[in-house]
Amino acid sequence: MTDGCGAPAQTASLPATVDLNNEAVIQGTVVRGGDAVSGAYARLLDATGEFTGEVVTSDEGVFRFFAAPGDWTVRVLAPGGVSIDSAVTAQTGEVANLEVAI
Amino acid sequence: MSRSDVLVDADWVQAHLDDPGIVLVEVDEDTSAYDKGHIRGAVRIDWKTELQDPVRRDFVDKTGFENLLSEKGIANDDLVVLYGGNNNWFAAYAYWYFRLYGHQNVKLLDGGRKKWELDSRDLVQDTPSRPKTDYTAKEQDAAIRALRDEVVDAIGDKNLVDVRSPDEFSGKLLAPAHLPQEQAQRGGHIPTARNIPWSKAANDDGTFRSDEELRELYEEAGVDLSKPTIAYCRIGERSSHTWFALHELLGLPDVKNYDGSWTEYGSLVGVPIELGEAK
Repeated sequence: MTDGCGAPAQTASLPATVDLNNEAVIQGTVVRGGDAVSGAYARLLDATGEFTGEVVTSDEGVFRFFAAPGDWTVRVLAPGGVSIDSAVTAQTGEVANLEVAI
Repeated sequence: MSRSDVLVDADWVQAHLDDPGIVLVEVDEDTSAYDKGHIRGAVRIDWKTELQDPVRRDFVDKTGFENLLSEKGIANDDLVVLYGGNNNWFAAYAYWYFRLYGHQNVKLLDGGRKKWELDSRDLVQDTPSRPKTDYTAKEQDAAIRALRDEVVDAIGDKNLVDVRSPDEFSGKLLAPAHLPQEQAQRGGHIPTARNIPWSKAANDDGTFRSDEELRELYEEAGVDLSKPTIAYCRIGERSSHTWFALHELLGLPDVKNYDGSWTEYGSLVGVPIELGEAK
């Protein structure tokens, strides 16, 4: 069966099926007052500000993207009109980690 | 056709939650979202297990669709309001199915689940029980579905609108950036296609842009709105979102969704593929 393009569950650690050597991973945690925020929306924008992907944070507040090497922006949306941008650089074979406080 | 014939906002849904003859349907690929909470009264359709053929790569046939809707308690004359996660991709895909099988009274909740959540509106865990119906579908409406041969013939003739992200269009990525990238198909796009990512048709909160903004978006990207158009993406659900914008919101008469999309086209032997930016 063909899988859709929907975002998979945002597990706390990188899924075992993923070979990090081939991926440029951007991941992070959304927190409020030190506590993880689940159900926030993380949007990945490319270097021109173009939308590339969106996931919903897990119970641990985790989001993860498999990007291409380069400069990106992660925009976090949450109820109450929260919209916070964070700049990040991705490289193949590495995991770029962010913590976004809202 | 006006926007209110095909789209309702969250306030409208909130005000009509208890109306008989209206069925709210949440459609997702990852259906755990529904289990955690959904709009009161909404039934669930699982995009993957209920709308796809379990063996062949195709979607459920007419009988399968009739059985599904009967089981869900949806009648032919019900108004079906669809919503879901992922900016309504799967809900838009389901909307296209409902139209494909002739259900006329169907609308999308503008902004879907995301807008509802960002508004901090109530979600419940109780699942409704709806009595079984005897739903009858029509034969598939070929006017809104493109198959691969028609897509190859459309090169240089009809508008081809590739709604994937720029990096997928250019061949840099093979799937959206939230998915691992190892895939069987070649990267790139169909020659002559314009790249107008689905996301440009939506605001940050998932609602659709205005008709004026949409018209300008497609015209500026070189889409001749007086010509027939085929929209595609990787597997057809993001392009359902754009099909909705072009066919249902802008009211263009000849717009088809190519549900085979890049996972089919990029695997075909011998067809032309273009790399890099649109030419």
